[in-house]
Amino acid sequence: MSGNGIVIEGLQKRYGSGDTLVDALKGVDMQVAPAEVVGLVGPSGSGKSTLLKCLGAVIEPSAGRMRLGEQIIYDGGWKIRDLRALRRDNIGFVFQAPYLIPFLDVVDNVALLPMLAGERNGAARKRAMELLEALDVAHRAKAMPAQLSGGEQQRVAIARALVNHPPVILADEPTAPLDSQRALAVIAILNDMARQYETAIIIVTHDEKIIPTFKRIYHIRDGRTHEEAGEGKSPRELIKTDKA
Amino acid sequence: MISLAGRDILHGWVRFLMTGFGLGLLIGVTLSMAGIYRGMVDDANVLIDNSGADLWVVQQGTLGPYAEPSSLYDDSYRSILGMAGVARAANVTYLTMQVRHGGGDVRAMVVGVVPGGPGEPGQPGFLVAGRHLTGGRYEAVADVKAGCALGDTIIIRRNRFRVVGLTRRMVSSGGDPMLFIPLKDAQEAQFLKDNDMLLQQRRRTALNPLFNRPGVPGLLDAVIASQTTSVYVNAVLVQLKPGYAPEAVAKDIQRWQRLQVYTRPQMRTILVDKLIATSAKQIGMFLVILSIVSAAIVAFIIYTMTMAKIREIAVLKLIGTRNRVIASMILQQAVGLGAIGFVVGKIAATLWSPFFPRYVLLEPGDAIRGFIIVMVISVLASILAITAALKVDPAEAIGG
Repeated sequence: MSGNGIVIEGLQKRYGSGDTLVDALKGVDMQVAPAEVVGLVGPSGSGKSTLLKCLGAVIEPSAGRMRLGEQIIYDGGWKIRDLRALRRDNIGFVFQAPYLIPFLDVVDNVALLPMLAGERNGAARKRAMELLEALDVAHRAKAMPAQLSGGEQQRVAIARALVNHPPVILADEPTAPLDSQRALAVIAILNDMARQYETAIIIVTHDEKIIPTFKRIYHIRDGRTHEEAGEGKSPRELIKTDKA
Repeated sequence: MISLAGRDILHGWVRFLMTGFGLGLLIGVTLSMAGIYRGMVDDANVLIDNSGADLWVVQQGTLGPYAEPSSLYDDSYRSILGMAGVARAANVTYLTMQVRHGGGDVRAMVVGVVPGGPGEPGQPGFLVAGRHLTGGRYEAVADVKAGCALGDTIIIRRNRFRVVGLTRRMVSSGGDPMLFIPLKDAQEAQFLKDNDMLLQQRRRTALNPLFNRPGVPGLLDAVIASQTTSVYVNAVLVQLKPGYAPEAVAKDIQRWQRLQVYTRPQMRTILVDKLIATSAKQIGMFLVILSIVSAAIVAFIIYTMTMAKIREIAVLKLIGTRNRVIASMILQQAVGLGAIGFVVGKIAATLWSPFFPRYVLLEPGDAIRGFIIVMVISVLASILAITAALKVDPAEAIGG
């Protein structure tokens, strides 16, 4: 599943029914090319998390169409039977908190995914080490997550998201707990990795520090998306646009 | 694939080990309870085996001499000796009482035997020190559990006895140590009255005109003499000649002597199925309760451990971990906890069992059965945690 990035057309998600019916997504259209990093911004309750969960095959949309790489995964219903395998092999996740497995050391946190996919332990660890080296945390390979700094933890989380070379990475506020310097470093890493592995990356963020780094930004408001060129705009400008 | 359960256990091994240790003490108590029951059965078997008897002849219609009181005339053994197939027959009395020794007292089963050598029915089978009873009065052979030493003096009722021999593993079905004394002394201890009582009895007999007739000299003396002489024993223990079936000889004695006779299997049934049945049920109830408590504790611990990892489980599910991998992780931890608990429990039970006042017999078969039960309990106890873990929504990892 490579090439073509992510294509979302008319994606809808409804919660509840009758008087309690909520339209969280009212027809989202989005397109992210391979090797592209786009931002997804919007106020609280606008539908960002719902969109991320639909994209991550964690909740089922109500209508619309989603394509990851060359494969249509949703078209009025799931087109893939094994959603766990889909997530494991095709979608990388980076969260606001790194959520590393606390009882696994750094290298095994990263190698766990290929191991789950059936790869031998040695080969999985070798691949994990290559990524850790690329992300400059290989020297902490045997450390436990609690022994790492926030920035190191987030880099390990990025390595975990990338280790199976998924065509898509979904990042939910990945820089929120980091200072400016570290936040920009994480974004730079994600950009490098997107180019290196031809990965389409969607970053959900409120972080003013990193918004100017996106070439394209999707605003989500009241369950609908609006696309806008982002690079060069000041954070204030973008936030104003968002609030308007 | 790496062992997630193993890594998690290693990560918090101190807490895991301490939890297993606590559980182990509970399992140790459970194993000890089973050991106490086995000890009771073994005590009963030892009582039968050490008596050296093939048949127990007791009062008609009773389950004596251990389960019910029984009285026979002490010359009954003569006619029993004349029966076909009987090699040896010996009178014996049993009386469980407090025996004074060294300023305190000890509960013991006082056994009255006809002094003789080893091999005679009712005699202690072997000695660890000293000698057997040889015919003198006021001598005793004591089980080491009574706490006596050779040459010690023990007091039974009004009489003092010198310990001349020590034996081992001679206990009653209640676990009390045995004290062997000459039959005559035992009859006195069991049936004779104290001095005040004798005076009262003589006065009452003398006042009875039937026994104190002016025209029958010597009648009163004869009656009083019969009242102050004990002619009863509790049982006659019989050893058979080779080649005779115990059931056949027992039937003959019952028919011709009009006495109750029990064979070894029948006596074993009386002791195990009747005498210790209530205690066995009591212990059985404790075992059931302790098993339920152990299961509840394992379930609670595993559930708590799983709930503490709810976010990690959500992440594992989000990144594509199969349910069976997560279930296996929880199951392995529960089984690991059970295994640690069992090892600790077995060691604890072995270490503390000698300090129990009653004999605790820890049989390897019980240990194997206990291990299997602990494993089954651990597996069942993990179901609650596995159910909770499988219900975790991977969306919880994303939040929002």
